[in-house]
Amino acid sequence: MNKKIRATEEQLAYAKILELGMQFGLLMLIITFTLYLTGLLSPYVPVRDLPKYWSMPVHKYLAATHIHPGWDWLHMLSRGDFINFLSIAFLAGLSIVCYLRVIPIFLRKKDFIYVAFAITEVLILVLAASGILKAGGD
Amino acid sequence: MMKGSAALTLFLSILLVTFAMTGYAMASNDATSAPAVAASPVATSAPAAAATSNVPWWVWPLSLFVVTFLMGIVAVLGGVGGGVLFVPIISGFFPFHLDFVRGAGLLVALSGALAAGPGLLKKGMADLRLSMPVALIASSCAIVGAMVGLALPTKIVQTSLGAAILGIVAIMLTAKKSTYPDVKQADALSTALRINGIYYEASSGQEVDWKIHRTPQGLATFIIIGFMAGMFGLGAGWANVPVLNLLMGAPLKVAVATSKFLLSITDTSAAWIYMNRGAVLPIMVVPSIIGIMLGSLVGVKILAKTKPAAVRYIVIVILLFAGMKALLKGLGI
Repeated sequence: MNKKIRATEEQLAYAKILELGMQFGLLMLIITFTLYLTGLLSPYVPVRDLPKYWSMPVHKYLAATHIHPGWDWLHMLSRGDFINFLSIAFLAGLSIVCYLRVIPIFLRKKDFIYVAFAITEVLILVLAASGILKAGGD
Repeated sequence: MMKGSAALTLFLSILLVTFAMTGYAMASNDATSAPAVAASPVATSAPAAAATSNVPWWVWPLSLFVVTFLMGIVAVLGGVGGGVLFVPIISGFFPFHLDFVRGAGLLVALSGALAAGPGLLKKGMADLRLSMPVALIASSCAIVGAMVGLALPTKIVQTSLGAAILGIVAIMLTAKKSTYPDVKQADALSTALRINGIYYEASSGQEVDWKIHRTPQGLATFIIIGFMAGMFGLGAGWANVPVLNLLMGAPLKVAVATSKFLLSITDTSAAWIYMNRGAVLPIMVVPSIIGIMLGSLVGVKILAKTKPAAVRYIVIVILLFAGMKALLKGLGI
């Protein structure tokens, strides 16, 4: 059976991290959403009020709810709605971990072009995640 | 594998029941322990706000779950990603603002890719060496697309979305597929990057050697694909597959699998921009992710028994309708 598998070492390593991370992330997502919906953790924006906000453009929603964008949600993890961002950020950050995992394998194989690709991709994703890049407007 | 998916289905079903019961409980109980935020909501000119004023809040996320569940089935049977259906349909027929719909759309496409990625990589169907240079270009451009999409006025994005969806319909109607494209010689760039492989074709029991050509042109195309994925939150399978398969010459199964895996990287970068901008609402994102995943599981089971060709045309008609709706909404008609 193994003879039929042509996935490389780095590909399998990437897949393993991705699989574990996805399972853990999905479990986290379900738990945090249950905490939110059942009211075990009270939300910052009451669910009953959400219809007033979700049809607004994002900048108006932020102004109306006094929510600060970026990583400020880290200070609000005791709130049922914001704790969900922990799971969402985990899933969104998974690719960074996968890339970091394959860099040593490419290095060992002296595959320097792919080391450069992997490092650049990590930097791009970290830059996107950092919140340094601001998007605004109407 | 079956055990795992059965357990996941059970787990997600329990969550659905919890979700429905909570909605029912909240609908029948006025008291809420949640703190108030702004004393009065900001006035909105969005017509949807008025339309939803008499509808209990839980109807929308519950409807979102049901619609994304159906979307998950149709997407699998129609051979498209969930993201391309999600944004035009949800923005067209639900009261959520396009900013939040695009943020959710990216996370829906991302979750599907994260779930499918490990299996596709392990089987050698998705190729990491092919994905990495493509992802580098697509994810950078997706960031730019997301920033532009969030900076532009909603009407312009909505109109462009409608036009883009109609363009996708045209691609779906006209683009052909090639199971094993004829690549006589790998080009210099793909040779230097050693982008080639062997995968096991279960239907024929054969091992298929593959290589690609026209790599620079293919990579250049991902500048546009990445930008559009970020700007509209669409995912990008509709464009990835034809480019990888028809332009670059990857076998169809490798193109489909690599495209699916690619979304886990491309959509991640754009999703971060939406998330950092505040355009992610858990009440939309989580039911959508769960709905589309459950729907995909059911879709895969149906697909194993039958593959109704008509479904693809139903998907095209749905997209045509949703694209027209987005275009008219953007133009204020």
